[in-house]
Amino acid sequence: MTEVERHGFDVVVVGAGGAGLRAAIEAREHGKRTAIICKSLFGKAHTVMAEGGIAASMGNVNDQDNWQVHFRDTMRGGKFLNHWRMAELHAKEAPERVWELETWGALFDRTKDGKISQRNFGGHEYPRLAHVGDRTGLELIRTLQQKVVSLQQEDFREHGDYEARIKVFQEYTVTRVLKDGDRVSGVFGYQRESGRFFVIEAPAVVLATGGIGKSFKVTSNSWEYTGDGHALALLAGASLINMEFVQFHPTGMVWPPSVKGILVTESVRGDGGVLRNSDGKRFMFEYIPDVFREKYAETEEEGDRWYQDQANNRRPPELLPRDEVARAINSEVKAGRGTPHGGVFLDVSTRLPAEEIRRRLPSMHHQFKELADVDITAEPMEVGPTCHYVMGGVEVDPDTASSCVPGLFAAGEVAGGMHGSNRLGGNSLSDLLVFGRRAGLHAAQYAEAAQEDRPLVEQEQIDAAAEEALAPFSAEGGENPYGLHQELQQSMNDLVGIIRREGEMEEALQRLAVLRERAVNAGVEGHRQFNPGWHLALDLRNMLLVSECVARAALEREESRGGHTREDHPTMAAEWRRVLLACSLADKPVPGEGAIVLQRKANPAIREDLLGLFGVDELKKYLTEDELPGAEADLPPQRADTDAEKKSENGAEH
Amino acid sequence: MSYEATFRVWRGDAEGGELTDFQVEVNDGEVVLDVVHRIQATQAPDLAVRWNCKAGKCGSCSAEINGRPRLMCMTRMSTLPPDETVTITPMRTFPVLRDLVTDVGFNYQKAREIPSFIPPQGVKPGEYRMQQEDVNRSQEFRKCIECFLCQNTCHVVRDHEENKPAFAGPRFLMRVAELDMHPLDAAADSGLDRKATAQEEHGLGYCNITKCCTEVCPEGIKITDNALIPLKERAVDRKYDPLVWLGSKIGLRRG
Amino acid sequence: MTTETRPPEAADSTGRGVHSPGRAAIAQRHLRLDRWWLPQVMTAAGLLLFIGYSTWRAFFGLHTSYAAPYVSPFYSPCLAANCPKMDGGADWALFGGWWSLSPALIVLIFPLGFRLTCYYYRKAYYRSFWSSPPACAVAEPHAKYSGETRFPLILQNIHRYFFYVAIPVAGILTWDAILGFRDPQGHWGHMGLGTLVLLVNVSLIWAYTASCHSCRHIVGGRLRHFSKHPVRYRMWTWVSKLNARHMQLAWASLFSVGLADLYVYLLASGAFSDPRFF
Ligand SMILES: Cc1cc2nc3c(=O)[nH]c(=O)nc-3n(C[C@H](O)[C@H](O)[C@H](O)COP(=O)(O)OP(=O)(O)OC[C@H]3O[C@@H](n4cnc5c(N)ncnc54)[C@H](O)[C@@H]3O)c2cc1C
Ligand code: SF4
Ligand code: SF4
Ligand code: FES
Ligand code: FES
Repeated sequence: MTEVERHGFDVVVVGAGGAGLRAAIEAREHGKRTAIICKSLFGKAHTVMAEGGIAASMGNVNDQDNWQVHFRDTMRGGKFLNHWRMAELHAKEAPERVWELETWGALFDRTKDGKISQRNFGGHEYPRLAHVGDRTGLELIRTLQQKVVSLQQEDFREHGDYEARIKVFQEYTVTRVLKDGDRVSGVFGYQRESGRFFVIEAPAVVLATGGIGKSFKVTSNSWEYTGDGHALALLAGASLINMEFVQFHPTGMVWPPSVKGILVTESVRGDGGVLRNSDGKRFMFEYIPDVFREKYAETEEEGDRWYQDQANNRRPPELLPRDEVARAINSEVKAGRGTPHGGVFLDVSTRLPAEEIRRRLPSMHHQFKELADVDITAEPMEVGPTCHYVMGGVEVDPDTASSCVPGLFAAGEVAGGMHGSNRLGGNSLSDLLVFGRRAGLHAAQYAEAAQEDRPLVEQEQIDAAAEEALAPFSAEGGENPYGLHQELQQSMNDLVGIIRREGEMEEALQRLAVLRERAVNAGVEGHRQFNPGWHLALDLRNMLLVSECVARAALEREESRGGHTREDHPTMAAEWRRVLLACSLADKPVPGEGAIVLQRKANPAIREDLLGLFGVDELKKYLTEDELPGAEADLPPQRADTDAEKKSENGAEH
Repeated sequence: MSYEATFRVWRGDAEGGELTDFQVEVNDGEVVLDVVHRIQATQAPDLAVRWNCKAGKCGSCSAEINGRPRLMCMTRMSTLPPDETVTITPMRTFPVLRDLVTDVGFNYQKAREIPSFIPPQGVKPGEYRMQQEDVNRSQEFRKCIECFLCQNTCHVVRDHEENKPAFAGPRFLMRVAELDMHPLDAAADSGLDRKATAQEEHGLGYCNITKCCTEVCPEGIKITDNALIPLKERAVDRKYDPLVWLGSKIGLRRG
Repeated sequence: MTTETRPPEAADSTGRGVHSPGRAAIAQRHLRLDRWWLPQVMTAAGLLLFIGYSTWRAFFGLHTSYAAPYVSPFYSPCLAANCPKMDGGADWALFGGWWSLSPALIVLIFPLGFRLTCYYYRKAYYRSFWSSPPACAVAEPHAKYSGETRFPLILQNIHRYFFYVAIPVAGILTWDAILGFRDPQGHWGHMGLGTLVLLVNVSLIWAYTASCHSCRHIVGGRLRHFSKHPVRYRMWTWVSKLNARHMQLAWASLFSVGLADLYVYLLASGAFSDPRFF
């Protein structure tokens, strides 16, 4: 029998980023004993890296903004593949979630009249991102962390124990979600510090583990992003959707090599930065796709005027959604117009006074100075695309954030559906809060209902999980996990990267199958105490599963949309919009074959009144004939003429 | 351009340990953390090191490089002489767990001892109004990435283990200052005097303003000048100002 | 690790500070390779130089403290009956005739107290004279440390009262500098090199005084809502700019005081005569 440290809670939240902490706070406020588990130290989750801001239509800077406009932008950004209900809830609830942060002590940048200031961002029609300089994620996570502490102080006053009702297990890694029959019964994992195993029994588990970027070579993501939550969900019987959609952020650092991939925030462009190729040309004007043609400036002059006067000018194309900009940069570099280190130039130095740059973009200034010896107030940056965010994730119910496994919830980057095929900047932080709260709430309710008949943890499952986790110590042959990881990253980067081709993806799947077999033999030296080699060997399982999902779904989807670009199928196909690709674990994986099976599901139809927010002309670009409003019913075409559309765009009707 | 460097890394745990030498390749533009990772990937797969963002944003990779407390991910190799051995040790104020990883629990405990933000009564979410000039000061302190380098360097606890219970350390005294300067914090209304408790409960008096915390802060926060000294002055307002003292003796309180 | 912590293990007698049980076992007290002791040595040298010079001048400088129209800043205001006659200057014999020591000792208490309790000088002498700490991340030699929590160091908290006194003292030095616009006979409208020396000195004194941390607190730092006090906010912003240079001003004004006094000494002892401009 395996020896484990055991705990019992009502709700276990795996992940202490924005989504996890918000979920935990909600569950605790509903009186449930809540555990938070995270791989790194409390307060260091990936969310700290978010820079630009939180999108919420508070209308503080432009009072034309409201949830409908935000909803529209989100759907457009996601190329209408988003789950409409999630996009709706998100747009409606984001402002409340941001305001709530202020009551917990957050200090956002202010407008002249003392409200929360909001900034422009790619794909957002109005200035919408609440921000704190360029360290918004830090503010978000610190505020939530401090809220958790304040709840603990409350418990201390009441019970004399800080951890009476909410406890953080930091540097604990979950490797398995345990089940009792169909239902979730808890989690199993190891303590990084000592290598000892632990089990937390709980009827409700919320996954909030973030993304998968570490499967790619060039990424803005940290070591934590090994797709653990995605894999845990698969292994627990849930399904993942939209895994083919991976967002490559257009601007990552390209030099020096050791920092390749580190993010250069989009606010650089939102605040006036422009992209130039090696000929000095602002090339983005040539890459405005038809669907966005009317909304973006055609000349540099108009684009420049927009920063001052947004009512009468259209925005510059540097602020197109990320997928467009990333592809454009990719093409420029391929055409030989790149910089010496294989990127393009991003320049603010000629656009804003040095003082202003230092004030608005302090951490970018610092980052380039320290890491690349570049003074962004005096010279341009070199940037190129970097793997940044995964739109795909656990398939969840929009209102409750629950997966198809009873008791298993997911929120944040690990959940799928909200962002469709492409996420707008700033929509992630708001997503974390909106759906983090919902997941916490419904997990608490679920746990309440399960109180009578709590699921039990079976010893067999613990033994099996322990055996799995210890395998690397007894592996024969001893493949170096670091080497395997590098091969995986290289394959994904080269073969399932920004631009995808059928043959390459088939090759990727073959390589993944081989890597999976080799990973079984990944061996480690030393003992179980804080042993990074061992940790990586265990993470490989997750990265391989998730990478296979990405490759398999990408191979299946024969169109280009958002974060999925097929060279052999370069256009967007309305038929494909109705299809969601769902991955689940194969019953009995055959060696050499895949571990994942793919299933096509119908994308639920968008509610009629929400469709009414768009002009029919626009809808025609995305929807099939029979999905258009009034296709069956003989209604007069609503807002068919572009005039009406223009009006609604300016928000005049809402 | 690349060269061979000698790295001397402390390896061991609470039971003991020693500095171990590694010959390792260093490439153009790399930071110390890159080199530590290379040692890990090629020579010592179980070398324990904490890190996350590799961009100076999370504050995980704190250590001491050639005796100076620094973030490993923000120390460029080009700032160190190529022909000299680079010595890396864990932070020396906290109990060591293994190799470069320390138990920073002290800091989380101190964080819990500082009373949280108290929201003003009757102001609903969405109704908070604050001017930029009023939030600037606290915003500077909120840039803190909790790398705990300042806590590690402060001689009050670094050189005197016995002071740990009484002293919150620069990071958390700065937290008191942050809340005391927060334009809407309602601590005073609820009977909590942050200025006085800084002195009485969080050990502000231990700080002798020798500024090592400011010197090591990777975020460049002027901890001593902008948080600790102003907090000392605020404590003087409360505790050493004869008018206030007299007022409290005769049962008056100045608002 | 969870966020709960174990209480610090009972301090072992074998090791303290960085050698406490539980911490990484590293024999060296520090591993710094740079010349961390250099700033400390320089600070100590600078301060000792000034202390030596000013002690000598304060005890034995009475007869060379005035060279019309200039008065040494060490002797102004001069508060005893044994002061030299300073035409128009602050030679107020408030202490009467019983004081037989150097009158500089009476008034120097205040600038001395101001500087002794100054946040910058505290840092300087704690580090360089008391090695507490000798430099950042270099272990200090003391077994016990209570900082400014107890007598006598808790008295550092009275710094602000020295600041209040420093203002009239600076005012008097300003008057002394203005008196410098006379010729040795007392006629106005003249200027010499000495005038310039006194002017520079008094400007630096003012800048140092205004950049004081207590000053910064009093003019605006203590406020919670700058937006409700725009004038004080502006003043605070200025003082904050100066305050960022407090260390430099502390040294500059220290040296300028010494030099101004030296200048008067040289004139009064006849080693030198004042170049007159007009
Ligand atoms: C550089 C950068 C900048 C960004 N800027 C923005 C922006 O400006 N605006 C915006 O909206 N979005 C931005 N994003 C995206 C956004 O930050 C992330 O999508 C979001 O923070 C994800 O939050 P999360 O709560 O889902 O997960 P995270 O914050 O990543 O938290 C994941 C948590 O799960 C834990 N965990 C993972 N696996 C396990 C396991 N097996 N066991 C236990 N714990 C585990 C981790 O330790 C961590 O605590 C940015 C992303 C990056 C990388
Ligand atoms: S200034 Fe104070 S808090 Fe900062 S290191 Fe020195 S003694 Fe510690
Ligand atoms: S104040 Fe600076 S040194 Fe201290 S923990 Fe924060 S970021 Fe680190
Ligand atoms: S790894 Fe995040 S600060 Fe160094
Ligand atoms: S004079 Fe230096 S702080 Fe007041």
